[in-house]
Amino acid sequence: MQGTHLPVLTILIGFPILGCLGLFFIRQSHHVRVFSLAISIVELLLAFPLFGFSLDTPAFQFVEQLPWAPDWGVYYHVGLDGISVLMVGLTLIIFPLCILSSWSYISRRVKEFHFCLLFLSSACVGVFSALDLVLFYLFWEAILIPMYLLVAVWGGPQRQYASLKFVLYTVAGSTLLLVAIIAFRVEGGTFSVPELMTRTFSHDFQCWTFLAMALAFAVKVPMVPFHTWLPAAHVEAPAAGSIILAAILLKMGTYGFLRFCLPLAPEASQSFAPMMIALSIASILYGGAVALGQTDIKKIIAYSSIGHMGFVTLGIFALNLRGSQGALFQMLNHGITTGALFMMVGAVYERSHSREVADNQGLGRYLPAFMGFWGLMAFSSFAFPGTNNFVGEFLILTAAFERNLWVGASTVPGALLASAYMLRLTQKMAWGAPASPREWHDLRMREWVSLLPLAFLVLYIGLAPALFFKVMNPTLTHLMTGLKTQEISVQVSPRARAAPLTEAVVKTQPQGRPGK
Amino acid sequence: MTVEFKAELVIPELYQLFLIAILFVQVLAQGSRMPRAVRWLPWMAGIGVAVSMLSLHSRGVLFTGSYEIDSLSQFFKMTISLGFAVSVLNAVRQPTLDQDKETEYFLFLALSSWGLMLLSSTVELISMILALEVASFSLFPLVPLRSEDRDAAEAGIKYIFSGAGATAIGLLGFSYILAGQHTSYLAELAQKPWAWSQAPMAVAGLTLFLCTIFFKLALFPFHFWAPDVYQGASNETAAYIATLPKVGAAAILIRFAALLTPGLEITTILAVLAAVSITYGNLAALIQKDIKRLLGYSAIAHAGYVVIGLVPGTAEGMAAAAFYIFVYVLMNFACFWVVCRLAADGGNLKLNDLNGLYESSPGLALVLAVGAVALVGLPPTAGFMGKLFLLTAAWEHGYNWLVVVAAVNVAISIYYYLNLVRHAYTQEAPDQTPSPVSHPFFSVFWGACLAALVILFGILPNLVFRLPFPLS
Repeated sequence: MQGTHLPVLTILIGFPILGCLGLFFIRQSHHVRVFSLAISIVELLLAFPLFGFSLDTPAFQFVEQLPWAPDWGVYYHVGLDGISVLMVGLTLIIFPLCILSSWSYISRRVKEFHFCLLFLSSACVGVFSALDLVLFYLFWEAILIPMYLLVAVWGGPQRQYASLKFVLYTVAGSTLLLVAIIAFRVEGGTFSVPELMTRTFSHDFQCWTFLAMALAFAVKVPMVPFHTWLPAAHVEAPAAGSIILAAILLKMGTYGFLRFCLPLAPEASQSFAPMMIALSIASILYGGAVALGQTDIKKIIAYSSIGHMGFVTLGIFALNLRGSQGALFQMLNHGITTGALFMMVGAVYERSHSREVADNQGLGRYLPAFMGFWGLMAFSSFAFPGTNNFVGEFLILTAAFERNLWVGASTVPGALLASAYMLRLTQKMAWGAPASPREWHDLRMREWVSLLPLAFLVLYIGLAPALFFKVMNPTLTHLMTGLKTQEISVQVSPRARAAPLTEAVVKTQPQGRPGK
Repeated sequence: MTVEFKAELVIPELYQLFLIAILFVQVLAQGSRMPRAVRWLPWMAGIGVAVSMLSLHSRGVLFTGSYEIDSLSQFFKMTISLGFAVSVLNAVRQPTLDQDKETEYFLFLALSSWGLMLLSSTVELISMILALEVASFSLFPLVPLRSEDRDAAEAGIKYIFSGAGATAIGLLGFSYILAGQHTSYLAELAQKPWAWSQAPMAVAGLTLFLCTIFFKLALFPFHFWAPDVYQGASNETAAYIATLPKVGAAAILIRFAALLTPGLEITTILAVLAAVSITYGNLAALIQKDIKRLLGYSAIAHAGYVVIGLVPGTAEGMAAAAFYIFVYVLMNFACFWVVCRLAADGGNLKLNDLNGLYESSPGLALVLAVGAVALVGLPPTAGFMGKLFLLTAAWEHGYNWLVVVAAVNVAISIYYYLNLVRHAYTQEAPDQTPSPVSHPFFSVFWGACLAALVILFGILPNLVFRLPFPLS
């Protein structure tokens, strides 16, 4: 695919940075908002050539490779495959919505706020498209400081504590990632991910690098027991910060597992899969159980994120095709649904100035549109059939049962917990007494605009996931074949039967139309 | 071997000597109508940077093989003249310096830089010691020049005594090397065996000799002076001491790295010292409240990082170390630049004094943030590239544990560097502070230039990376 095509990815990475520079010349806050929104929408339009993504090949597409520090084998090397193209798409959709959702909330240091947002959007696209380990690490760490500032400057009362915790956890996790990157360079002779994927490393080497990388990614996901930074950061972050955190940053962890751990250390992935699965189940159950006990809406959603991301890692380390499909779906879905939920928490906070459930009750009568969206997103969050999360969670549950009956069985309570806390929350918000919102304005135009696309995606992915299967399948099939050839009979279950079942899901979903 | 002296090879040194001569005349002619040194010296120092950049490609050997002009030395001379120019610019408005001592101050500053320039070209032990002494002795009087400050006097005495002690140890070591290997030329020394079993006396001597350089570099266990001297010396002097002498020390160490091969006892000692230095410096910096002390401990940690590059004894390692020290000068200057601008009365800044910096001067806050982030080693700054090169070089030669130690230390160090950013950006200034000093355009501009360079070399490391070791 290395041709003379338009350098789409470079444009996508560079354009927001140019926008950042442009911000310096704007004085009025309102103009800053309009300008940033325009930048993020143009960015979305610039991504149009990505629709040329070929669905027939697992190879990387839109590849660009330029020498950067050739003495050290560092290249500027970007490209997309079936996994990353979805993540880049998610990133591009989320950012304009972030800007919209902080339109009236952010009134202090507006320019700097949008500087951080635009910089983040650039770095996020970079993370998902980098094919050079150093480039990946560069974008990965570049996210840290703007995200820190988002929480530390525009956050809630505990922002100092939360932001510092976020940085310390993330950096502590990712230092060993750098060591692993260097080790790959020395053992494999290159920083290039596609090339390293073709190498075979010794089992010991794989184990060490797997652990080093897994720590970084597990902190980012976050998996129990590295999760404590997440609720703190989510609760204190401004709405846009929470959205980015939930919708994009957490995905980087699971993306890392899919992109690096599985293909580069396949044997180690097999060996450590039981451990990762145990941690995932712990995350699912723990996240759900703790969410049930919260009184702060943001905390409920934050802990529910831990549970949902537990499903993703479970899917990844089920190490079968359906698991990885489910994981990828769940990554997308969680981004859409939880992003929307955080957006709405931000909207309701602007009205009530409180995130306690008790202060936001009885919205059903006074804010019907808001509650309608909330209901849809809440149902999607606990994987109601017909919504997007159902597809992902169903696949992951199937994969888990396929791997082991007990693994599957122990995730079921997690799914139940999710409906328990979301229903409880939704019920109180809709019909709880005393009703607080007599004076409040229902959704404004801006909020309609930012919620509608996500609502559309919730239903579209829920009802017609076929397109997404087509995008991800070549890459995931390739990934799983790679794993299988490396396999040293760690697993016994016959995975040959996986394919027809998957297709059944694909085909029946659109017509089946499980009612809502 | 060339005996004749070719002046065109040493133009940067001669230019610096020319500046020293003018300053000397001006000291003698005190009270005459010559313009103050601060009026003309920044311009002249700026020209010095251009001169040393133009002579980047001079090559040759002088003084019967003891003075080599090669890519490495020219790269370091460029770094030193750049650092000198920044130091002069930084010290133009020095609140704690009496105006009648101003010319002397710059004279000693110039002399010290000149010594460092010589140092970067010496390839023979005696000339090395001489150059080192020129550089050190001219620094000793600078420390107590902070007017009416007892801490400065204390720091001055500490600096002199520990410096003299280190030199004495180095000379002792030199005598052992000479006795053991019968030569003082590095090129010949490199041919000799350096294993303990083969040349115990020389190895002991080399270890002692290196101590002098560790002192300059503030590497553990010769680091004790650094925090005290930084704290006691005026902000501007500390900025100089924190940066340029380390460049000289790194130049010497890189010359010595030719003797070191992985597996030798002395290499292992270096690796251990690097690891201890990094860890100790970072841990001690965690609890500092005084910004200069904090930067002092951070300097100890960074000395360790530079040494990582020498441990593998390869061209990549040396190139990485050279690149890192260059970057270190820039990022450290960026931090000190902000410190010097903020301390309007020349006093020491505490972390709390940074509160609200973002409101009063967003430009300086950004410079500080870039400097701090670069010192941590986060992308996209040059600090990250430097660390990446160092760690890659060390891993390739079996010092994996050292790489892990260094990487884990990034996680320790981020706390205190982030503290700088945190105070500047997220803490509100206390109400009763006197209205912030207005920072003239140029004080922000030059700081921004430093920050821009730190980012530029992070994105395009190749601009300088090949200079010290072309085609290697």
